[in-house]
Amino acid sequence: MSKPLSALTRIAAGLGLAAALAATPAAATELTFFYPVAVGGPVTKIIDDMAAAFEKDNPGIRVKPVYSGSYQDTITKVVTAVKGGDAPHVSVLLSTDMYTLIDEDAVVPFDDLVKTAEERAWMTSFYPGFMQNSQTGGKTWGIPFQRSTVVMYWNKELFTQAGLDPERPPQNWNELIEYGKKLTKRDAAGNVTTWGVQVPSSGFPYWLFQTFTTQNGIELMNAAGNETYFDKPEVVEALQYWVDLSRKHGIHPPGVVEWGTTPKDFFERKAAIIYTTTGNLTNIRANAGFDFGVAMLPAGKRLGSPTGGGNFHVFKRSTPEEREAALKFVRWMTTPQRAAEWSIATGYVAVSPAAWETDTMKKYVADFPAPTVARDQLEYAVAELSTHENQRVTKALNDGLQAALNGTKTPEQAMRDAQREAERILRAYR
Amino acid sequence: MSTHPLGNSGPRAALHGWLLLLPAAVLLAAFTHYPAVATFWHSLFSTPRPNRPAVFIGAEHYRDLLADPIFWTALNNNLIFAAGTILPSIALALVMALWVNERIAGRGLLRLAYFTPTVLPMIAVANIWLFFYTPDYGLFDQVRGLFGLPAHNWLGSTETALGAIIVVAVWKEAGFFMIFYLAALQQIPPELREAARLEGASRWQAFWKVTFPLLMPTTLFVLINAIINAFRLIDHIFVMTRGGPDNASSLLLYYIYEVGFRFWDQGYAAALTMVLLAILAVVALFKFFWLERKVHYQ
Amino acid sequence: MNTPANPPAALAAQPPTERAGTPARHAARPLPVDRWLNTLGAWTLGIIWLAPLLYAIWTAFHPAEFSTRFAPLAPLTLDNFRAAWEAAPFPRYFLNTSALVATILAGQLVLGTLAAYAFARFEFPGRDVVFALVLVQLMIMPDMMIVENYRSIHALGLVDTVSAMALPYIASAFGIFLLRQTFKTIPRELEEAARIEGCGTLGVLWRVYVPLAKPTYLAYALVSVSHHWNNFLWPLIVTNTVNTRPITVGLAVFAGTDQGIDWAVISAATLLASGPLLVAFLLFQRQFVQSFLRAGIR
Repeated sequence: MSKPLSALTRIAAGLGLAAALAATPAAATELTFFYPVAVGGPVTKIIDDMAAAFEKDNPGIRVKPVYSGSYQDTITKVVTAVKGGDAPHVSVLLSTDMYTLIDEDAVVPFDDLVKTAEERAWMTSFYPGFMQNSQTGGKTWGIPFQRSTVVMYWNKELFTQAGLDPERPPQNWNELIEYGKKLTKRDAAGNVTTWGVQVPSSGFPYWLFQTFTTQNGIELMNAAGNETYFDKPEVVEALQYWVDLSRKHGIHPPGVVEWGTTPKDFFERKAAIIYTTTGNLTNIRANAGFDFGVAMLPAGKRLGSPTGGGNFHVFKRSTPEEREAALKFVRWMTTPQRAAEWSIATGYVAVSPAAWETDTMKKYVADFPAPTVARDQLEYAVAELSTHENQRVTKALNDGLQAALNGTKTPEQAMRDAQREAERILRAYR
Repeated sequence: MSTHPLGNSGPRAALHGWLLLLPAAVLLAAFTHYPAVATFWHSLFSTPRPNRPAVFIGAEHYRDLLADPIFWTALNNNLIFAAGTILPSIALALVMALWVNERIAGRGLLRLAYFTPTVLPMIAVANIWLFFYTPDYGLFDQVRGLFGLPAHNWLGSTETALGAIIVVAVWKEAGFFMIFYLAALQQIPPELREAARLEGASRWQAFWKVTFPLLMPTTLFVLINAIINAFRLIDHIFVMTRGGPDNASSLLLYYIYEVGFRFWDQGYAAALTMVLLAILAVVALFKFFWLERKVHYQ
Repeated sequence: MNTPANPPAALAAQPPTERAGTPARHAARPLPVDRWLNTLGAWTLGIIWLAPLLYAIWTAFHPAEFSTRFAPLAPLTLDNFRAAWEAAPFPRYFLNTSALVATILAGQLVLGTLAAYAFARFEFPGRDVVFALVLVQLMIMPDMMIVENYRSIHALGLVDTVSAMALPYIASAFGIFLLRQTFKTIPRELEEAARIEGCGTLGVLWRVYVPLAKPTYLAYALVSVSHHWNNFLWPLIVTNTVNTRPITVGLAVFAGTDQGIDWAVISAATLLASGPLLVAFLLFQRQFVQSFLRAGIR
């Protein structure tokens, strides 16, 4: 824990000092800011300090962060609050909640908020990969803040033991199988002691599944978010590949693999290669007792991964002054310098090219180049699955994926069922 | 009710009686009776959306429900969950109570051991159970490993997820029920069992002939509680499986939470709640018209 | 639920069942092997039941890499407690939970006492119907009415308050029922004597019934506190902020992380969260069990 903590502490201390110097002026505009603490404790402190520092820079605006649990909890809270007429002013929510928020008539597009050319330029300063989940119908509804992609972590020691080049991760689907076979170890009784590769599938398997579909050259939904393509042959093929890793090749644990224990499985050398979020970098760096590498996911027909993580949203109920203040706050939070510091402290991908050009970031990656992998993969990244009635549609796909991974349905059957359910739900939105 | 009118009857007593009842009655009506009725009412309306206010749709939610495979899975799971938790937890509670009622080594500590699940918050302990079930290096698989058995993905496979959830629920409940049995056991005069033994009954026979019938009222009480809990205990699902894989461990109340608070389809959630209420109504009728007669009171 | 309670005052005088003779001699002692097997069985079960707690203690006091390995000489540490303490505002959560539990218990005791007295000792039209309506809540618990109760709480403008978490539970059918049973066993002569001394309705209740029902209050308090200390779903739904969230909802934060599960910290957090209850039970174990016995809950 010492390394990430020290990074956190440094920022926290810096910001805290700034905050201490701040004199709070007579409150004019108060912003309620819902923030999902899905990332654990110390982050709360950073957010508090950032809010305080913002208040110092912007007398007359007060920010009240509300820590609202996981992403799931937060969207639940936000929507119930919106229904009750006491929506927050600003919130960080999963980028995939965009359609839900629009359908609830909860948010305003940033296009309606920005006035100056400078502000308009700011809107386009982020990686396009991150903007796919933030725009629909020609408007920008979210601003990237804590974003991630799926990357591959591999255990260099186990690679060496298996006679593989520890510096060269598998580059494509066939190599993944080939390496996986070499990396999978069995004891005398034939029980597996180390799996070659592990892709978690509890909770939100659709996100990890999207790595395979993207690599197989197909997207799961249209840009309007009212149509899905779960039963397309390429999708079924991608699922077949995932299922085969376990059922045919025996290099992947059977059944549904728990997301929460996957990093631990990696630390325990129970899995030689794992797929997980870039947001895990700090954790893995601190806890892996061996040399590990971070790489882009192996390519199928192409390289690819979905993006993930949270965006800023500004809510509708607020007065023009509050919206202006909210915009100021979002801009302040996403300046290149702050984006860089945030990325270093948490492991999320810094959201704008300019952030990577800051001295802070340059110095950090000079020591520890792993974060650049996620950045470079952005070029091949696609939008995370997001539709109207997102939770429901996603559940339909998740259920299908888990059924196929458990062998209770064939990939084809599972995806056909998921598609039928999604059709039923989305019909109303066409 | 064979109460004698002892100054607590008549109009003044009626007034006092009602006044005493009033606060509890208001709250009960507001949070038990009203919602039960309102649930039915709302189940007949579509869920309001920003551009579409709620409209009367009659039985449409119920038709959807019949066609909803997840509902049937959750219902089916819930019945298995009930079958898997009710009897084992009661039987274990009874055995535990019999043990700690006797002079057994470390009795105080044992009582505490059996009772701990009641004190530990399920939402937190579920994480610990998650570890027990983790494939390979989890506690179960470590123990199985000692016998050369292979690792198993307990929570991640369709066949075992529900069973794993059931085990945790039994663990949670049994110690709580034990307290009730223990209290009842201590009120049975030891002479009774001794008399039975003198007449040549074995310990086993003495238990079934003397002790068990005397525990019947407690068993009924515990049984009803166990049935209700079978439709209520879902905290651990939030942490351990989220209803997965593929709804294999989803229970009715968990599905209601998903539909009502994740999908915000409150109309449909109301229809689902009605199913839950109907099941409990059947249990209540069963209790009042059948079980009550089977139980001997003094 | 219709278990007739035993008169606490007349406990010694009146065994609950018909006597089957009065044997004077001691029954034969059980065989040593039998006894030995029972002790073994009891302790095996006890260890299984304690396992999650034992694991939590092990893991919380050792560095994270030992959370899956049980090396006897693993170094001890308090870092996990520090990490857990820093990761969540525990003092605030404790305060919230205490406020919640205290509000519910106080409400339940007051309202339950008043209503139970009315049911036990007053004659007025409609009493039995109302009592039946109260018993409905034994089946349809507030836990199942989350959708409608959320609507009500929202309409009352109480979302994210302690009252919101407490209100549905304050009128408790179980409490009313239990106290009614106890009150019914208290000799009417005591009430009459108090009336003659000039006590009013509430005076009688306070001077006669409440003191004699102490064991019932204690037993009920134990059930209520351990249940609401650990309640999760409803508080999750009606709270938004750290200022109101009870410890269970706070603990859920440890489970839902992007970065995976850190059992060391979760165990520490679990121990912190359930510490107060565990210690209370350790200290008052005897009294708890005794009060269950004397309350005649069985």
